[in-house]
Parts: sequence; C-alpha cells; structure tokens
Amino acid sequence: MIHTGKMEIVRHKEIARDVFEMTVIGQHTTAMNQPGQFVHIKVSGHHEPLLRRPISICSIDQDTLEFTMIYRVDGRGTKLLSEKRPGDTIDVMGPLGNGFPVVATPDIHAWLIGGGIGVPPLYELAKRLSESGVKLTIVLGFQSADDVFYEEQFREFGETYVTTVDGSHGLGGFVTDQMALFEQKPAIYYSCGPHAMLHAVEKALPDVPGYLSYEQRMGCGIGACFACVCPTTTGGGDYVKVCSDGPVFPAGVIA
Amino acid sequence: MNALATQLPGLNLRNPIMPASGCFGFGQEYAKFYDLSVLGAIMIKATTEESRFGNPTPRVAETSSGMLNAIGLQNPGLAHVLEHELPWLEQHDVPIIANVAGSEVEDYVAVAREISQAPNVHALELNISCPNVKCGGIAFGTDPEIAAGLTRAVKEVSSVPVYVKLSPNVTNIVDIAKAVEQAGADGLTMINTLLGMRLHEKTGKPVLANKTGGLSGPAIKPVALRMIYEVYPQVSIPIIGMGGIQDAQDVIDFLSVGASAVAVGTANFVDPLVCPTIIEELPERLAELGYTSIEEVIGRAHR
Repeated sequence: MIHTGKMEIVRHKEIARDVFEMTVIGQHTTAMNQPGQFVHIKVSGHHEPLLRRPISICSIDQDTLEFTMIYRVDGRGTKLLSEKRPGDTIDVMGPLGNGFPVVATPDIHAWLIGGGIGVPPLYELAKRLSESGVKLTIVLGFQSADDVFYEEQFREFGETYVTTVDGSHGLGGFVTDQMALFEQKPAIYYSCGPHAMLHAVEKALPDVPGYLSYEQRMGCGIGACFACVCPTTTGGGDYVKVCSDGPVFPAGVIA
Repeated sequence: MNALATQLPGLNLRNPIMPASGCFGFGQEYAKFYDLSVLGAIMIKATTEESRFGNPTPRVAETSSGMLNAIGLQNPGLAHVLEHELPWLEQHDVPIIANVAGSEVEDYVAVAREISQAPNVHALELNISCPNVKCGGIAFGTDPEIAAGLTRAVKEVSSVPVYVKLSPNVTNIVDIAKAVEQAGADGLTMINTLLGMRLHEKTGKPVLANKTGGLSGPAIKPVALRMIYEVYPQVSIPIIGMGGIQDAQDVIDFLSVGASAVAVGTANFVDPLVCPTIIEELPERLAELGYTSIEEVIGRAHR
C-alpha cells in the first residue's frame, strides 16, 4: 500500500559534501518490504516548490518504524529539505516503484556497484543479501574524497572498494576500473547510479545476470505523467516508466 | 438535491470536478488511491490514431509555482485505448471525456469517429492546443478558420458532444472561441498550457530536450481566469475551466468567471488525492460563501 502523509524527522545530518542523511518515523515504514524502492517528498506545505522530490530508501527498520534516506542538495527543493530539523515533519508518499529482488542463495557471490547518489539504495540490499549468506563485493564510485559516504557502513557486509574520479580516495577512475581488477566474475550483480555508469557496468558483465536501478527526472512518481520514460532495447517505440515499472530493471531491458 | 450536480452537453455530472487530460493517464494509477466513481468525469490522456512515443527526456521541468512539460502526446494509440483502457474504466461509474489529437484533420476524424462510439465516452475534447508536437496540436488552435474547419469535420462524425480545448497562446482567444462555436462545438475547455522555457543555470541551455514546453500549475491560474472571463459573455456554449486549480476556492474562482465545471491537472502530480479532497471540501466552501448550489456561483463575476 502507498501511504501519503506526514512523517516526523528524527535524525538529520550532512555526511559528505552536500549529502544529507535523514531518518524519519511513521506508519509509511510498515509498507516498506523491499530494498530499492523510493519515496516522493513534498518539501514545503505551499506551492513553491510545487512538485515532489523522488528520494531512494537507504535503510528500513521495522522495529522502530524508522527509515533512512540519503540525498544530495542539487536545487531549491533539496536545499529546503536540508534545512529541516529533527522534530519537523515532511509530507511523504510511498513506498513507490519496484525494488531489487533479493536473490537469497547462500554462498553465491554478488557484486554491488554504486555511483554517487546511487549508492544509498544498495545499503538495505547489502543488509538483506548479507543476512541470507550471500558473499558481497561492493564497489562505490564518487567524484572526489569529499563526496565519499557510507564506506565503513558497507564494509560490515563485504569487501568494499572505493573509486574517485580525481583519485583523491581509493582507486583513481571509475567503478568499472575497479571491476576490471577482480579476477573472478560474480554470480549476480546489482547496480545503481547515473545512466552512463549503468551502461558501462552492464557492458563489463555481459554474461552475468544483473539488476540496475535507474535515475530519471520524475513528475508524478506513480506512472501517470509519462515524464520518466526510457526506451527499451526491443526498439520500435517500446518504453518503460522508471517510476512505476522500475526504478529497478533486469540488465538488458533499458536501451 | 445534490448541490454539486451540474449538467453539460452529454455530461450529467454528480459534481463539477474532473482530472484534466494528460495528468491522469487512463485512470489506473489513481485507482490505487481512491474509487474513481467519486469523480464528476475523467478526461483521459490524448489519444492519436497510431501509438506515439513522444519527445525525448527530460520532459518536465519545475518552475516558480508551476511546471513545464513536453511529453509530446505519448499514448498507446486508438486501438489499444478502445480495447484496453476504456473497457477497464467501465468498471467505474464515471463518464469519460476522450481527448482526441492528431497531425492532420483526417487523424482527428478517424479517432473521433471510433472513440465516440465507446459506451463510456460521453463527450470528446478536441485537442487543438498541445504546444509540444511538431504537426497538429497547437497549429489547429491558433487560427480561427482552421480551428472551425476541424471542429466541423469532427462534429460530422462524432456520436457524442464535442468540446474544443483552447490554447492560451493566441492574441485573441475570443475569436477562436466564437469560430469553433459557430462551427458547432458543444462546449469549450480552457485553457491548455502556456508555451514556456526554463534554462540550466550553469550552461544557459534549455532544460527540456524539446527546448520549450507547456506551463501549468498555480502560476497560470490568473491567465486562465482572465481568458474564461473574456470568453464567457461572448459565447452561449458551456466552458469547462482549468489552469492551476488546487483547492475548493480555486474551483469557486473558475465557476465565478463562467466555467460550468472544472478540470484539475498538475495538482494530481503533487497530491494524488486532490480531486476527492476538493469534492469533499467544495460544499463547505459554498456554504461559507452563502450559496446552496454551484449553479448560483457560475458567472457571478459578471453580475
């Protein structure tokens, strides 16, 4: 069920350059049962800014009814959101979309590959795969050392490698440069990040089953407005809606 | 007596609230949030003869108190709408207004002829004002003679009343309104979006892949009110008003300038429950203003 309504902020802090971690509490959490879904947030009670902001769910705690999001300040809406304090409420709609299928086969080897603000949804996934006994190798790509977050948190679930484009932390280059250094391919992989990165990851693992989570500018977040469509590999005008058909798709679906 | 009931050609509305075309798909997404039978009517997404993918992304951009869109009439095509979307909607007791679009007069005629025969389609909305397609759309809506010609051609084949959706991107909207009325239009819907643009702050380039898009949301409400105010005394056919409606007071404003019913567009993206919320709040707002029915409010700005 999709909830709409207020949730209270319980924790909120900057964890990297312009990147904030926000934890909220409320009944919405009860409906969150898969990693990789997102929520659609109205940051003001007025019509300025007008639209909601899609933000991925980073971790879910059913015991406390809290869930955590990580977002980057990248415009008016997220700037306003970053000024909220614990005790404030925000209007949350969700959970929305289809998340990552948790392939819970013990002892298989999975790669988790995240880029920038695509890293957060992999965290809840890592938690669940790890609980199921899946062995994880995690690669997180960022622009620069100042942008890196959750490196230590991911280490809890598997070998974690960080790449930065400018080489200021971890391996210099892209996530695919780190992937090229591994001798063995995984049984399955999961990835979230910019479109170009997902393409590169998909290309690097052509024979491995994978699930990719896409970012796209959204309107309604529920599949009605057709803002977030992506053409599929089948061609002929076929398309998917990232918000309601995704945001997670099996590798090979999106062109 | 139902204080919200209103009658328009082809439409016996239990209330004057309907979601606007393009902002509600074919209803399925919103049926997850509420029973669609509470709505006065539903204006379904524009349908063309063949399926259309629409424009490249980005297709939407937020602006001050509004948004730009350049979806480009993406839809699954007439056959799919007739076989799947309209039959699915039949489970809900709600009249459908089918938005009809095309590139040539023949396209409009072909869609209108068939879609108007669907059992739950009670009226057509002729889309002569979409600003986001290269051919058709707005090209038909900016010249009174061309708009009249298209209206006449569609009226000949339609089995249900025809409403013409007017573009605000014209010098004189009254001329277009009168021309389509003379051509036989049963009603008007107004307004479609206003052509606009937003730039990337850093690059100075347009945000939308289509470069321009249609502006909607609260930002355009004053323009819509002014245009309906101008058209209402000049025509004798009813007007369905739209443009930035978000709450019951906005509805009252549109009725006051002369709309007989209203459509809610962009607000559905912000709050999927906005239509049922307005329907619930409208009687109370009417009572606060001292009215017992919406009929008393229609056109009061002119009296």
